[in-house]
Amino acid sequence: MTGAAALIVATVVLAAGTFAFRFAGPILRERVELSPRVEQLLAVAAVVLLAALVGTSALVEDQEFVGFARPAGVAVGGVLAWRKVPFVVVVVAAAGTAAVLRMLGVP
Amino acid sequence: MRSIWRTLDRALARDIALVCAAGAVVGASFGAITVSAGLPLWLPMLLSVLVFAGAAQFMFVGIVASGGNPVAAVVAGLLLNARHLPFGFAIGDVLGGSRARRLVGSHLMIDESVAFALAQEGTERRRSAYWACGVGLFVCWNIGVVAGAFAGTAVNDTDALGLDAAFPAVLLALILPSLRDAATRRAALIGTAIALLSTPFLPAGLPVLMALIGVLVMLLGRDQAGSRLPERAP
Repeated sequence: MTGAAALIVATVVLAAGTFAFRFAGPILRERVELSPRVEQLLAVAAVVLLAALVGTSALVEDQEFVGFARPAGVAVGGVLAWRKVPFVVVVVAAAGTAAVLRMLGVP
Repeated sequence: MRSIWRTLDRALARDIALVCAAGAVVGASFGAITVSAGLPLWLPMLLSVLVFAGAAQFMFVGIVASGGNPVAAVVAGLLLNARHLPFGFAIGDVLGGSRARRLVGSHLMIDESVAFALAQEGTERRRSAYWACGVGLFVCWNIGVVAGAFAGTAVNDTDALGLDAAFPAVLLALILPSLRDAATRRAALIGTAIALLSTPFLPAGLPVLMALIGVLVMLLGRDQAGSRLPERAP
């Protein structure tokens, strides 16, 4: 197994790279005034990324289909959120649906 | 900093607290899984404080624990975290004006804090939602990781609790108001389809970035339809 020194170096490099990704946007925006049109596009881009994150994390793990329980839970949560049910109910219903389906033997 | 908590209403605070509680449980599972894989006790804590990105941490530990090269673990983690670059451009102004706010606020940039900020109207509410979610999840996640690392195998199956379905549902609920706009919805659907179709062929992290093609498609469609957004004077 990898030694402690290598693990520390790897963690620090991953942390530094991650921070660079996070810090680049805020620091560059300090210098440039963006038009409302560009601002709006950036917000759409963030929503599109989050949507893709929802889709992939709901359906795929390790490049394979995760089974039915997780996407069913997310779908139940999505429908409830669309019907403007309170957020807490949405989250608990999503988790509960997946948990109950698994208890019943659904993968 | 006080104004951040003043503008945070009770309902929003409760929603954020729920996500933080769920985050603590997933953090505990991360701590337990890492230590029970034979990795040192301090590793999950160091990762959680310095990297603070759940998916990348699980990926990193998975690769290292199975005897993989630490360089491969770093590259895989960075690919997963590259999405923070566009996130930062989108919500960079939400963090606050001072240099200290930008430094600390950047470290608190995660899917949930970005999504909570985007779901609010007005700069003040966006800012308070972002900081409350970021600080709350940082604290809860790290407490959970420490507890899990020491408790060992107590909480190692969050799937049985359905938490793997809860987090996508959290993000979905938070982006739904934005998806009421037809152009945004189309971009999101195209982007998500591209991400899912490219998943079998690309390393984790890249498919989500590929979704940005959906924004380009939206732009092209808009230009063809004769720009529906008001043009700025030259």
